[in-house]
Amino acid sequence: MNTIIDILTDLDYGTAPEDPSIVNAWLEKHARNFGHFIAGQFIESGETFSVLNPATGKTIAKAAQGSSADVGLAVSAARKAQPAWASLGGHDRAKHLYAIARHIQQHSRFLAVLETIDNGKPIRESRDIDIPLVVRHFYHHAGWAELVESEFPDSKPHGVCGQIIPWNFPLLMLAWKIAPALAAGNTVVLKPAEYTPLSALAFAEIATEAGLPDGVVNIVTGDGQTGAALVGHGGINKVAFTGSTEVGRTIRKQTAGSGKSLTLELGGKSPFMVFADADLDAAVEGVVDSIWFNQGEVCCAGSRILAAESIAPQFERLLQRKLATLRTGDPLDKSTDVGAIVHPEQLERVRKLVEQGIAEGAQLHQGTVPQGCFFPPTLVTNVQPASVLTTEEIFGPVATLTTFRTPDEAVALANNNRYGLAASVWSENINLAIDIGAKVKAGVVWINCANLFDAGAGFGGYRESGYGREGAREGMNAYLKTSTPEAETPEETPEAPTSTPTGKIAPSDIDRTAKFYIGGKQSRPDGGYSYAVFGKNGPVGLAGLGNRKDIRNAVEAAAKVNGWGAQTGHNRAQVLYYLAENLSARRNEFETRLESFGQDTKSASREVEVSTRRIFWYAAQADKFDGAVHQTKSSHVTLAINEPIGIMGIACPTTQPLLGFISLVLPAIAMGNRVVVVPSQTHPLAATDFYQVIETSDVPAGVVNIVTGERDVLAKTLADHDAVDAVWYFGTREGGMKTEHASVGNLKQTWVEDGAARNWASAEGQGRVFLHRATQIKNIWIPYGE
Amino acid sequence: MADNSKDVVTPTGEAVEPGKRPTPVDHDIERNPGAPFAPEMFEQHPVNLSAAWRRSTALSSRRSIKKQWQAAWLVNAIQCIDLTTLAGDDTKERANRLCAKAKRPLATRILRGLDLNKVSVTVGAVCVYPTMVAHAVQFLSGSGIPVASVATGFPAGLVPFKIRLEEIRYAIGQGASEIDIVISRELVLKGKWSQLYDEIAQMRETCGNARLKTILATGELKTLRNVYAASMTAMQAGADFIKTSTGKEGVNATMPVSLVMVRAIRDYMDATDYRVGFKPAGGLKTSKDALCWQILMKEELGRDWLRPRLFRVGASSLLGDIERQLEHFVTGRYADSSRHALA
Repeated sequence: MNTIIDILTDLDYGTAPEDPSIVNAWLEKHARNFGHFIAGQFIESGETFSVLNPATGKTIAKAAQGSSADVGLAVSAARKAQPAWASLGGHDRAKHLYAIARHIQQHSRFLAVLETIDNGKPIRESRDIDIPLVVRHFYHHAGWAELVESEFPDSKPHGVCGQIIPWNFPLLMLAWKIAPALAAGNTVVLKPAEYTPLSALAFAEIATEAGLPDGVVNIVTGDGQTGAALVGHGGINKVAFTGSTEVGRTIRKQTAGSGKSLTLELGGKSPFMVFADADLDAAVEGVVDSIWFNQGEVCCAGSRILAAESIAPQFERLLQRKLATLRTGDPLDKSTDVGAIVHPEQLERVRKLVEQGIAEGAQLHQGTVPQGCFFPPTLVTNVQPASVLTTEEIFGPVATLTTFRTPDEAVALANNNRYGLAASVWSENINLAIDIGAKVKAGVVWINCANLFDAGAGFGGYRESGYGREGAREGMNAYLKTSTPEAETPEETPEAPTSTPTGKIAPSDIDRTAKFYIGGKQSRPDGGYSYAVFGKNGPVGLAGLGNRKDIRNAVEAAAKVNGWGAQTGHNRAQVLYYLAENLSARRNEFETRLESFGQDTKSASREVEVSTRRIFWYAAQADKFDGAVHQTKSSHVTLAINEPIGIMGIACPTTQPLLGFISLVLPAIAMGNRVVVVPSQTHPLAATDFYQVIETSDVPAGVVNIVTGERDVLAKTLADHDAVDAVWYFGTREGGMKTEHASVGNLKQTWVEDGAARNWASAEGQGRVFLHRATQIKNIWIPYGE
Repeated sequence: MADNSKDVVTPTGEAVEPGKRPTPVDHDIERNPGAPFAPEMFEQHPVNLSAAWRRSTALSSRRSIKKQWQAAWLVNAIQCIDLTTLAGDDTKERANRLCAKAKRPLATRILRGLDLNKVSVTVGAVCVYPTMVAHAVQFLSGSGIPVASVATGFPAGLVPFKIRLEEIRYAIGQGASEIDIVISRELVLKGKWSQLYDEIAQMRETCGNARLKTILATGELKTLRNVYAASMTAMQAGADFIKTSTGKEGVNATMPVSLVMVRAIRDYMDATDYRVGFKPAGGLKTSKDALCWQILMKEELGRDWLRPRLFRVGASSLLGDIERQLEHFVTGRYADSSRHALA
């Protein structure tokens, strides 16, 4: 009995259901059957699939299974609309985005209820978190549309963007994709996840209501096949994907060599690090906001709790107590903390992983859960870093708890993972917290908070969590392209190296052997072969023919370097200036070398001169390529820090053998990266001469490693290598494609360009674009107040 | 007329004599005897302000109490109110009016609508200045409603210590069974915790059987770390309740401060097994506030802290808003305060 006097006994919360009638009316208006939204209208399609309400298991609508033809139709509509959309100008696009933000705000409860019914997330979250962030995202990007011409003066939109979004935050991910794309002047074809297509379709209607021109936003629903058709469509200029690392790999392969710009926001297994001096109650709530938020279906969820041994028992006790108060159940009930898992298939996946964990000895602590597509919030103890529950992204409300002894060990455990999306650091000691924030490999670091999002901050991962950022200025960069030079005659595949003895080599006083430069030492090729380097009139010398093992050795040497990236920019600048000084001192020698390759005196002299200037330019930038302090929430400092990517593989163009080498290596090392460079395949001897300059210039051993040989073979080995974080390939189209293909192993960032495209001696040869490519942005959120 | 006294139960289920104040399961909650001064229980205890704010904001949005549940929770809130008048112009008549409202906080038609007309719904206590205690005690005689008195130089507490203790004795002599003391803020701001402990312990001793509610005046302690430390010191010194504010500070009861205090109560219980009560005061004016603070108690401490034995709300205008809300629940029409008796 629910009489007042009964309720007074236990003081339960009772029920507080949100009324779904408006959403039901909307579904009925569409006869619970949705086509694609293309060129401003819903288009019927043949095949359909069922859309479930996971909380009830009932089918709430049918949606169209997009075919290649549907995708084609949508891409044409977007293509047709794009020129007019771009030429509207920033101000008029801003007005459109502003109107969209307004209309979403006015339909906010409708969208929240729809999202909850379609996805299973608690109404509290869709109402208080998802939809407000969506609105904020459109307002923020209305601003970028207004400013795009003045703030990004040399940039243009890509054209048509193909965007694929996941089911965990359907409308929010749509906003993250569509708002910056539209602000920049792109048009889009977006495919929502098949589990959760409805809010995207509702958005299309609302955008139309707000006056968005037809064809600017097109929505094609369907499964992975539809997604593949979209990614593979020739009319797409830019692909943006948020979802699993597995699918991200497929997309990387599919787009390799296509010239399509690509950003990936993938999985994670983010550490949640609790130090002994943390406010443990605050950290408990952080766990709630982290992994017991959105049913744990959060890519950046802090699913690996690492607690200092000294407080771990107490922290575990507090977490268990918290589990007892969390309410799992009807997502439409306003007092629900954890709703329904998005789909029975996903529930099955979570269950299987947890069972595997139990088989490995893991111990579960769980809250209660009703029948149906629900999984209780779960804390797992008695797990080791090797457990499947610690290594695999579960995408369910399951957190593991392990301990560490020292801050160093905490960092080692945190980074002992192939992902690098986010990290949450709990300590009241600002020295410790920021130190850990700097050392953890993650695109987003939350200090004493978790899962905070804002359109004004960048979001995106390191390592296998993908590349590219969403939100803020860095997110706009992903939807703009700077004019990229194009080659009149693309670089041709150089002749295969000749390793047999060749004709008479032009004499020098004493015979010189060009070696590799690995870990600060000159070393001979592992294979014991050399190849001939030719000048205008025949061979001018021999270079080592590098193989896989030489690359392996070079990467190992690079991995051993400590602290180059952590040094001050000023210190790195001093080293680089010294490089320039020593190059300048030996300019005659380098000019002679270049002349021996067949260059005339003037061009050789100019190449050395520009090389020296270039080194100066990057030395100057070393302490000036600053990050930003983003404006997000009040009483929060959000730092956007440019960090080195790590170990970079660089394959140089054949042309301008000294300057090409300098132009690629210098920005990388100026930003704190370590490099393994394959110099010009045809004329590597300028680069091998250069290691003597490096040796005399205080460049720490292992920062620059040089391996000569067949570029495409060595570049592929570099692209394959899981310890290499990025590859720049400047060469042939085919080599570039191979490099991009091979990069999927650890999803390393690639920069692939025709080796003949840039005139390295001109302004194209240097600039901030090189610095952007040599860094990744880490956003660190630091709330403050006492 | 048939003897139906057996049918008369309190809202929490116990049988009482008609007209008696409900005394829900207080007897099994042992009084906090205090503990030896142990600064290690609070020194270095971290409290993160922004996290406390986030939790506070989320608390009220994470739980929604509607319909009859809301009505029940509001009735419960009434039973936890320390109906208060602490003004320079208080008179015997003013005190009497307050006491009348304390005995009958809800109009009969509302009680009937809630199906509570057979039980006794009263506020938790009446809280007045020491010189008003005798009037209140007299008016409330037989009602079972305790009279609480502020003391120790309320609100600033800056009178000689001897006189502060004397004031407690006076109030008890007048019939007060609960004493709301103020702490020396100076001792907190200077970090003189052991001296603070000694002062409160002596006040507790002076209280004898009267319950000691310790007002921290959190608006003047400023930092949440101070609030935690002062809470813990007061509990160690034997406080029966820790209370946020006098109602006279610039900032009175806030959610983050309350959160920190109830967590201190939990930590004290974990360490000693004794349960200490919590009393937010000042600034709770709406039914929504009453629900939010009760949600805080239930989420952070559990059901027991929704009983008047462990939870009080120091308020004067709150009751009026709750009465309006309950009338709306009963009639479906929005009510006007002119139809409800003034406190």
